[in-house]
Amino acid sequence: MPYIPHTQRDVDEMLEVIGVSNIEELFDEIPSELRVKNLDLIPEAVTEMAIFRLMSERAALDEGLACFIGAGAYEHHIPAPVWDIATRGEFYSAYTPYQAEASQGTLQLLYEFQTMMANLTGMDVSNASLYDGASAVAESVLMAIRSNRKVKIKRILMPTTVNPAYRETVRAIVTNQGIVIDELSFDPSVGAIDVDGLPTDIGEFAALIIPQPNFFGQLEDVDHLTDWAHKQNAMVVGVVNPTSLALLKSPREWGEQGADIVCGDGQPLGIPLSSGGPYFGFLCAKQPLVRQMPGRIVGKTVDLDGKPGFSLTLQAREQHIRRSKATSNICTNQGLMVTAATIHMSLLGFEGLERVAASSHANTRALLAEIDGVDGVESAFSTPYFHEVVVKFSQPLADVLDAMTERGILAGYDLGQVYPQLENHLLVCATETKTNADLADYVANLKAVLREL
Amino acid sequence: MSNVPAELKYTESHEWAEVLSDGSVRVGITAHAQELLGDMVFVELPDLGRVLKAKEECVVVESVKAASDVYSPVSGEVVAVNEALADAPELINADPYGDGWIMTIKPSNESDMSGLLSAEDYAELAGSEDH
Repeated sequence: MPYIPHTQRDVDEMLEVIGVSNIEELFDEIPSELRVKNLDLIPEAVTEMAIFRLMSERAALDEGLACFIGAGAYEHHIPAPVWDIATRGEFYSAYTPYQAEASQGTLQLLYEFQTMMANLTGMDVSNASLYDGASAVAESVLMAIRSNRKVKIKRILMPTTVNPAYRETVRAIVTNQGIVIDELSFDPSVGAIDVDGLPTDIGEFAALIIPQPNFFGQLEDVDHLTDWAHKQNAMVVGVVNPTSLALLKSPREWGEQGADIVCGDGQPLGIPLSSGGPYFGFLCAKQPLVRQMPGRIVGKTVDLDGKPGFSLTLQAREQHIRRSKATSNICTNQGLMVTAATIHMSLLGFEGLERVAASSHANTRALLAEIDGVDGVESAFSTPYFHEVVVKFSQPLADVLDAMTERGILAGYDLGQVYPQLENHLLVCATETKTNADLADYVANLKAVLREL
Repeated sequence: MSNVPAELKYTESHEWAEVLSDGSVRVGITAHAQELLGDMVFVELPDLGRVLKAKEECVVVESVKAASDVYSPVSGEVVAVNEALADAPELINADPYGDGWIMTIKPSNESDMSGLLSAEDYAELAGSEDH
């Protein structure tokens, strides 16, 4: 993509052509009281040289550390061609090009992405992606509220086993639309929702969110939960890890009727951890809900000569046709990340993805077997899990984690930070990137640290 | 000038209303409205049993050009919706006063009908918009 600078003369010429005396005038439409004058929390601009130095120093802090933290973002091997192809000039853009139909290659890629995600989730339709997993859950909540014709009440049930960051984002996005979020607690002895203890007098709700695996890596009883919600005319929104779908049954098969909407974060599909982003969200649904889906869908069609081609279908509807009646303010997609993910999935194939999922599960299982039983450490839950588990420490976890970091190991995520009832509980993940030597190293260092403390 | 059947009543927002033999009121959009909107692609129908006030937004008709609200000509309860529009929204283009009807309302206020426009008045209104 070319770098296009504007000289003052360029700017002046453009302003003259459109008949405006300065750039500020372009914003006259916005009432002055709505404009933010000072962005106090944003630091002063620095030079390119200085920012490059700063970011290099920060990046270096992560180097050489073995990462065993999951908690919503997962380290996976990304084949070299993925980003080599994704960063080619033809693809390298954060956006779908304006005049999208002129970029048939980009549209075809998005079409393939939608097909892959629909296959993985078992849903009929997928959109062309959203910002991240958290915003995908929020959009799914809004979509469920709009679509549920049997339950008019604007209330959803959100288990506390959903990623805390997702819950916070959903609250921030939907609360101002008058939507009530009621939490559904989990059984601390199993790390999942206790389906036998589901409330019987919970009242009407439009949707139940079901995380699979949940934030603790544990598998929820999705069949039971799905049927329970459907019996009460609520919709079911599955929040899933796409890698896990290579092993677990698809949300289409949950319970008698399957989930209605399936969303999640696509980061495990070829996106590096990069200190938290950019990632991308995905959102899939059953066919009857397609009109309530936010974002974009790329469709396959034929041109006047009968030749196949691709077009952006939903974007025109939302941005140019429905406008203020649009289903969401999101009319975009996370183009570059989806490009990488689509290439990643096409290189791995379903079999490759299944092997990634299976070896991640096997590594976590092997790690758990080694650390469960170390003096002062025990497995917290006995529920089946995917590639993340919780272990309980008998001494202050923060000290253990600090000491492990000093030894070059990010040992996991301290659940006590967000779950007071899980003080000194560690969430740990070993993906396929970890070798037997890495696992042995983790265990040896953990034993040493516990002896020293 | 497009077709404006003399036996129907009309609104300034381009809906038509027809009193059926059981006293309920069938509602659709006029030939003039569908011409302005162009090819219909989707109709968002109201839920059965919904109670509407006159002039309340209750339906969205979406064409290749725009999405427009449809307003209820009368107060009352929605007792029927044209389910055929879900799969064939183009019925509104092909037959706006017949197969392209949108919903039927059981009116709660008989006098609402008398406040609507006659075919003659509506034809004049629609004609003035053409210029």
